[in-house]
Amino acid sequence: MNEILSMGGHGAYVWPAYGITLAVIVFNAWAARRKLAIALDEARRSRATEQPRNQPRVRQLQ
Amino acid sequence: MKLPRWFHLFGSPPFVYRLAGALTPWLGIIACTLLIVGAYWGLVVAPPDAVQGEVYRILYIHPQTAYVSMMAYVVMAVTAGIGYIWRIKLAHAVAVSAAPIGASFTACALVSGSLWGRPTWGTYWEWGDPRIMFETLLLFLFLSYLALRAAFEDRDKADRVSAILAVVGVVNVPIIHYSVLWWNTLHQGPTISKLDSPSMATEFLIPFLIMITGFTFCFYWLLLSRLKAEIVERERDTRWLQDALQGGRP
Repeated sequence: MNEILSMGGHGAYVWPAYGITLAVIVFNAWAARRKLAIALDEARRSRATEQPRNQPRVRQLQ
Repeated sequence: MKLPRWFHLFGSPPFVYRLAGALTPWLGIIACTLLIVGAYWGLVVAPPDAVQGEVYRILYIHPQTAYVSMMAYVVMAVTAGIGYIWRIKLAHAVAVSAAPIGASFTACALVSGSLWGRPTWGTYWEWGDPRIMFETLLLFLFLSYLALRAAFEDRDKADRVSAILAVVGVVNVPIIHYSVLWWNTLHQGPTISKLDSPSMATEFLIPFLIMITGFTFCFYWLLLSRLKAEIVERERDTRWLQDALQGGRP
């Protein structure tokens, strides 16, 4: 195990490189989820302000 | 130019939203499996390199992230161009989604390369190396694309103006690719793309290819996840989305 961690004395270069790559992937996945949650929330709220509850949806003629 | 009919299906936000929703979990599972297997293989199973020792293991992520950064730029430029020419809004949505992912993978390639360069070349950064410089330019192209978009209140205007920047900047991608052939500096020549005789032993080549496939799946997984959010943002008040929201999860 120690051998793997030390990477022949180059552990200080190998592990940060892998760590940063992992962090970038995790961050991108998290950011996409968060963006979707916010967008869905805004879409729901936009409906709530446009239409009072329990009223039939009527399509307005332009 | 007339477009084939199926092309228009890919211009339909509800269709693409559902398609992306169906594909993302699978892309994510495949990407994570390949990356875990590839990383384990590259870090533990593969033997150390005869010349570089253990530090060469960074080369299981550095060329891969660099390749993803260039692929992300091409996806961004092509979709932005399609959006500009045929005025397909969804194409712009793909371009916008690719930009931050591409930017972060470009940064990743630069950092992992510099961490490899210090023990191997004796320097973190070499201003005279064209491939490093053009990859840095790629990072700035992604960032300026995002900054340019942020400067416009109106999304349609942002789409159209930023598309021009994306398309013009695409010349940088072949320059990065061929830089090692055009200039003889620190970066080594092509290794894998000489398909008939790749200059890498099989025991190194297998994890290398697993990682490159894993990163490709990873990119499209992240792209489609982000695209879903971008579609909801853009289609907030449309009937299909509101109906879908009413019927539970869209």
